Amino acid sequence: MGKREIRKERVPVPEREPSVRIRDFKEVKLGYSPQLAVEEAKRCLQCPHSPCVDACPVSVPIPQFIKLIAEGKFVEAARKIKEENIMPSVCGRVCPQEIQCEGACVVGKVGEPVAIGALEAFAGDHEASMGYEKFEVKEKSGKRVAIVGSGPAGISCAADLLRYGHEVVIFEALHEPGGVLIYGIPEFRLPNETVKRELEFLKEMGAEIRLNFVVGKTATIYELLEEFDAVFISSGAGLPYLLDIEGLNLNGVYSANEFLTRVNLMRAYRFPEYDTPVFTGKRLAVIGGGNTAMDVARTALRLPDTEEVYVVYRRSEKEMPARVEEVRHAKEEGVIFKTLTSPVRFVGENGWITGIECIKMELSEPDESGRGRPVPIPGSEFILEVDSVVIAIGQGPNPVVVDGVKEIKRGKKGEIIVDPETLMTDLPGVFAGGDAIRGGSTVIVAMGDGRRAAKSIHKYLTQGL
Amino acid sequence: MSGVIKMYRIVEKRELAKGVDEFVIEAPEIARRAKPGQFVIVRVVARGERIPLTVADADPESGTITLMVQRVGKSTYHLSCFEEGNSIRDLVGPLGKPTEIKKWGHVVAVGGGLGLAPIHHICKGIKEAGNRLTVIMGFRSKDLIFWEDRMKIIADRLIITTNDGSYGKKGLVTDALKEVIEEDEVNAVICAGPVPMMKAVAELTRPYGIYTVASLNPIMVDGTGMCGACRVTVGGEVKFACVDGPEFDAHKVDFDELMNRLRMFKEQESLAMRRFQEKHCGCSRRE
Repeated sequence: MGKREIRKERVPVPEREPSVRIRDFKEVKLGYSPQLAVEEAKRCLQCPHSPCVDACPVSVPIPQFIKLIAEGKFVEAARKIKEENIMPSVCGRVCPQEIQCEGACVVGKVGEPVAIGALEAFAGDHEASMGYEKFEVKEKSGKRVAIVGSGPAGISCAADLLRYGHEVVIFEALHEPGGVLIYGIPEFRLPNETVKRELEFLKEMGAEIRLNFVVGKTATIYELLEEFDAVFISSGAGLPYLLDIEGLNLNGVYSANEFLTRVNLMRAYRFPEYDTPVFTGKRLAVIGGGNTAMDVARTALRLPDTEEVYVVYRRSEKEMPARVEEVRHAKEEGVIFKTLTSPVRFVGENGWITGIECIKMELSEPDESGRGRPVPIPGSEFILEVDSVVIAIGQGPNPVVVDGVKEIKRGKKGEIIVDPETLMTDLPGVFAGGDAIRGGSTVIVAMGDGRRAAKSIHKYLTQGL
Repeated sequence: MSGVIKMYRIVEKRELAKGVDEFVIEAPEIARRAKPGQFVIVRVVARGERIPLTVADADPESGTITLMVQRVGKSTYHLSCFEEGNSIRDLVGPLGKPTEIKKWGHVVAVGGGLGLAPIHHICKGIKEAGNRLTVIMGFRSKDLIFWEDRMKIIADRLIITTNDGSYGKKGLVTDALKEVIEEDEVNAVICAGPVPMMKAVAELTRPYGIYTVASLNPIMVDGTGMCGACRVTVGGEVKFACVDGPEFDAHKVDFDELMNRLRMFKEQESLAMRRFQEKHCGCSRRE
């Protein structure tokens, strides 16, 4: 095979114009057409050592699926991905590819890396539009596994357990399955229909999903163990961190969880057609610099009353944990960034928030996170006038599931302690993964945990401890 | 737990008083576990909001729970259109911490209006623990009174007050409570009802140093500690009523803040209500 010229620029993923897209909650990215996908897939060098695969938390066979796309075998490409990752349409959209597969891409050393994420989403969407392949049921093992939570970790664990031939029942606390994919990530980034589709596939594989069931309340872990041979806890990070400052409980102050749940899960953006309201007023500020903060800011911008949306972040833009693409989208859409700014207190009138007293910050020597430590500049206080505030400074594991289960140990942040190899807790037969053991992490890391746990659970069920 | 198809079917419905309905709903998993003080989250219809309702009673044998619903907004009006045999969309629970019940001695339970839902279930627990129980039920007027018969069975002494004097004692529940405290030894007070009532009860018992618990009713979304919509200040600390409560030491609760937070979506709530009344669900009830 002769040397061939590689195009340095990737084929751009068509996106909707900012001025148009901020008027609705439809997806921002339009995705590749088959023609564009083939063109982009041809940029892949098919490296034999494939560093992209090593950088993927679930080791998707990237060169292989991209080769299939280049050959026009789109359905085959999706199935190749699904050998390792059951949700290509979801991960192609929400994974931080720039620090995973695309960050390791060899083409990226000379130009723009191959658009692996966009190609993955394309393959997943294409397969779905053709109708899924009938899942082949292995011989049943007769073992039953309970999965607590229907988010990314639970879904991926369920899929693998079903492949091993075990029976799976997923318990979901909310009235819709999908966990953070449904209540957290907004529709313009990940349409609910896409999540529903992937869940349908899981159900076709044989998973039973029981909604409105709060493990720890409706039944305890001990009770689940009476009926199931193993339990996997993938209950996510459903405990919002708030700021310990004056005015926290003024009306108009939300946690990111509340704000996003109202808008995404409860569809408050379609109030009064849907019953759940959300109040923003004309000016909303979100505190934080992560992906959740960007999701909140961009969601707020799309609500009818907001005219100005601020992101208040105590470090500079460079240190923001949010994906570069999310920050770019937020800026294109008109979000105003107030960096090196930290809230001191919330100011209110008649019980409603009217402003945030902020202080300007400067960065000194790096702290344990490796980022410059923000230090307040004395006398630089000012009031940022707002009608509502959303606190998006992170979340921890929700304790309800394991409340009162003394065998299951928890760390300082409430994270469930597991054996790092097997992901089993100190209660035999009970495993945990995803944000429940990590605090806030990513969809793909959670899915990786789900797969690892499935492997250990399978071993536990077939070979014992 | 296994093989149960959850339909949340309404097996009994009756109007208790003007604007208040009682529903007995099939929910075996919840009925099996619900303890005094706990609540459920209800979503009436597919596009509905999630609202917390106290479990007024639970019967593990028949697999049913009893909810008391006062028609105050869109969701509760919509629910009142549901009849026996209908099913509500979603029901989850039991949520919140159960009431901490001890053998205190003489307990006075104070319920105003819909506050009787938690009070009824809590009183059953209080009696089971061997306490002497006085119940004070307060209503605006005679036509709003309900569950006198049920409370009579549980309570050692039952006092009913009406604001206008059309039944029982004329006056507020706090007037009756003050009399009881002055003529009898009271070891604990449990109250549930409108926020101003709970605040007044707390202020009344504070100088006497009587341990007083209030069952709070803030706005909630998920009901599992995920969103923090229900946060309340108790003893200067932020608590989530859904997982840390809903019952707290009434002498430490910031009731003014709670009252303010309950007003958060007032405008939107009345818009939803107006819209519902215009379009309506098609049932016969119109008010």
